Amino acid sequence: MSTAVKKEHKSARPERGGKATLVEAIRQGIWEEMERDPTVFVIGEDVGAYGGAFKVTDGLIDEFGKERVVDTPISEAAIVGAACGAALMGMRPIAEFQFIDFISAGFDLLTNYAAKCRYRWGANVAAVFRGPCGSGVRSGPFHSLNAESFFLNTAGLKIVEPSTAYDAKGLIKAAIRDPDPVLYFEHKKLYRLPRLREELPADDYVVEIGKARVSRAGRDLSIITFGAMVLTALDAAEELEKEGLDVEVIDLRTLAPLDKPAILASVRKTNRVIVLHEASRTGGIGGEIAAIIAEEAFEWLDAPVVRVASIDTPVPYSPPLEDYYLPQTKDVLDAARKLAAY
Amino acid sequence: MSTEIVMPQMGESIAEGTITKWLKKVGERVERDEPLFEISTDKVDAEIPSPAAGTLTEVRFKEGETVDVNTVVAVLDGDAASGNGAAAKPSAEEPRPEQTEAGVVATPPAPAPQPKAESTEPPPQRQQPTAPPPPVEVKPILSPTVESRHEKEDDSETSAADLRRTKSSPLVRKIAEEHGVDIAKLEGTGLSGRVTKNDILSFIESGSSGAVAERKSPAAAPPSASPALEPAAVPVKPMAGDRVEQMSVMRKKIAEHMVLSRRTSAHVTTVYEIDMTRIAKLRDEHRDSFYQRTGTKLTYMPFIFQSVNNALRKFPIFNAQVSGDQIIFKQDINLGMAVALDWGLIVPVIKRADDLSISGLARAANDLAERARTKQLKPDEVAGGTFTITNPGVFGGLFGTPIINQPQLAILGVGKIEKRAKVLTTAEGDDFVGVRWMAYFALSFDHRVIDGADAERFLAYIKELLEAGDFPI
Repeated sequence: MSTAVKKEHKSARPERGGKATLVEAIRQGIWEEMERDPTVFVIGEDVGAYGGAFKVTDGLIDEFGKERVVDTPISEAAIVGAACGAALMGMRPIAEFQFIDFISAGFDLLTNYAAKCRYRWGANVAAVFRGPCGSGVRSGPFHSLNAESFFLNTAGLKIVEPSTAYDAKGLIKAAIRDPDPVLYFEHKKLYRLPRLREELPADDYVVEIGKARVSRAGRDLSIITFGAMVLTALDAAEELEKEGLDVEVIDLRTLAPLDKPAILASVRKTNRVIVLHEASRTGGIGGEIAAIIAEEAFEWLDAPVVRVASIDTPVPYSPPLEDYYLPQTKDVLDAARKLAAY
Repeated sequence: MSTEIVMPQMGESIAEGTITKWLKKVGERVERDEPLFEISTDKVDAEIPSPAAGTLTEVRFKEGETVDVNTVVAVLDGDAASGNGAAAKPSAEEPRPEQTEAGVVATPPAPAPQPKAESTEPPPQRQQPTAPPPPVEVKPILSPTVESRHEKEDDSETSAADLRRTKSSPLVRKIAEEHGVDIAKLEGTGLSGRVTKNDILSFIESGSSGAVAERKSPAAAPPSASPALEPAAVPVKPMAGDRVEQMSVMRKKIAEHMVLSRRTSAHVTTVYEIDMTRIAKLRDEHRDSFYQRTGTKLTYMPFIFQSVNNALRKFPIFNAQVSGDQIIFKQDINLGMAVALDWGLIVPVIKRADDLSISGLARAANDLAERARTKQLKPDEVAGGTFTITNPGVFGGLFGTPIINQPQLAILGVGKIEKRAKVLTTAEGDDFVGVRWMAYFALSFDHRVIDGADAERFLAYIKELLEAGDFPI
């Protein structure tokens, strides 16, 4: 008989810095911010006693108590609403969605309320809305969403999605300290990926919201991407290097506001661009980025801007179908070779 | 048959697990679904049941070791009946670990479906799926990708290819305009023979467009490349026995420049015959003393240069350039002189030629010609010309119709200077035939801005100066 049991031991306070996976980096960041600022608190489903579905908030309740680590009923509308109200009263809530798919249940409050409070009344909502996103882990159509496109068209929201442990910690801290609502997307595939384990500084640091990062410098072709697709792009770049193609990979890190200068600088440098993302192609952020490039760097293009994205279907349950649905390294290689030969 | 037991994935973000306890020893019998080992992961601790019945024949990792998900941790020598399911995973009818945990610890009784989800469709699952099915080695059935479907729908393939060749890309067009390069004339390596950024940059780096690059004026841009203007577009293939030679950079540059000029200017050539007898006498008279004084030979050219200088000052339109709908009259007179080389042609420039005396012109011309032949010209010595003189006469040519050296507006060709029988008239009005040193001077000019009458006056003035032979030496 297989049984699973709750771990008996208390999860210890994370170290400051040291070797950490992406999930440990986020946990460190939240922990340190809660220590630094008593108005910071966590709210969400199973974030307390259970420590969060992905253990991002593991141990927080033992350290900070039920007052600051609040378990809620299954109602995203209630979570977002409570976070907005608390923020208006001067608190800094970190609201967790167990899966980002269910952010749609809080959509009205996020888009009509959190995003517009400052504009309407000059009352800012300093809240972080975070949760696991992304596919490729056999979770089917209800637990695999990439939700950025729903919110890109809403002025007033900031959106970030890290692809490294360093950025994950720096961005969660920046998001918590930000005076405006920040959507913080965590790709669940990256949480415990050994490849992302890296040494973090012991000192306090933030990663500025709105700044992209050159993940790999190159001169022949740019792949503009973010989240787990950064790794796909880097794998493809490594393969293409053997073929003599010098590929640049831009990790956007922030999806709203987009770092236009970084995008345009890369276009002016390589003149050929692939925009790569995990969400479905139609209406995806790739279209927005391609439009910016066409509007502001037309004269620097030596080939059409190419999108590599998931196909326009729900995320399939079947593993082979999910692989087909999701951009793979091979898809990026095919697109890059074709673009290089244009 | 044997069954490989793998480390199961306990939740989708879990990448590795630690074996905390082996519940069976090697050699021991185990039934299907009987607990085989215990693991600990970031999220849960769990007992893992055996996927099949059989004898445990191999344990690959000791207690306390951490391995990646899907790593084979043990091998079972199974009964014949136990063929299905290779990976260890919690069986379907048992509660999944997260469900149990979440149910007990976090959410009261059973998670109720949300009101919004009460429809005929099953509500979204809120619990994480646990161990996924074992990796299936099935390639997705290949079907046309979105992109390839699009391409098939594109029935304007031919015209798209044409556009790629002629328009290339915004970047290449920009570079082409900055450097005065005609994209249509380059061989591209891109799709449909498209000129890529690398193609045009290496073309420019090779110096092939150097002379052309001077052309800044939009009006000077060649008209659209119609087949009639581009005979080179006719495909040519070598036959057996033919020799194929790659053009040198200089040859490509000359070819480029000549065709460009033909397409830019409205060429007209007018020819005068000029009596050079007085100049010939001057030369004879001063030949030796001049050489002793200056160390350079006295040829006909300095006299022609100085006459041209005077004519250019008198008729400044011949020392001008066209920019769009404007005419730029150049302040300096910089005379280009075409020098034939064994390997091509070059046009060094005598800067501010009208500041120079006959001896100065002679020295400058001989110096430039000599250094052209020994490849010692500096880049600025072949740039900035405002009018060009070419001298086919040295080879015996009587006259030609020279091509204007862009962006200039005229070029003077000097034919062979030779003795000819010429009808002359005495002061009394009697005609007689005399032997004179004669030469044809052919002036090609750009009829866009210079009319025939101007050209006649210009050349007539040069004739007047040369035939008068009034040059201080």
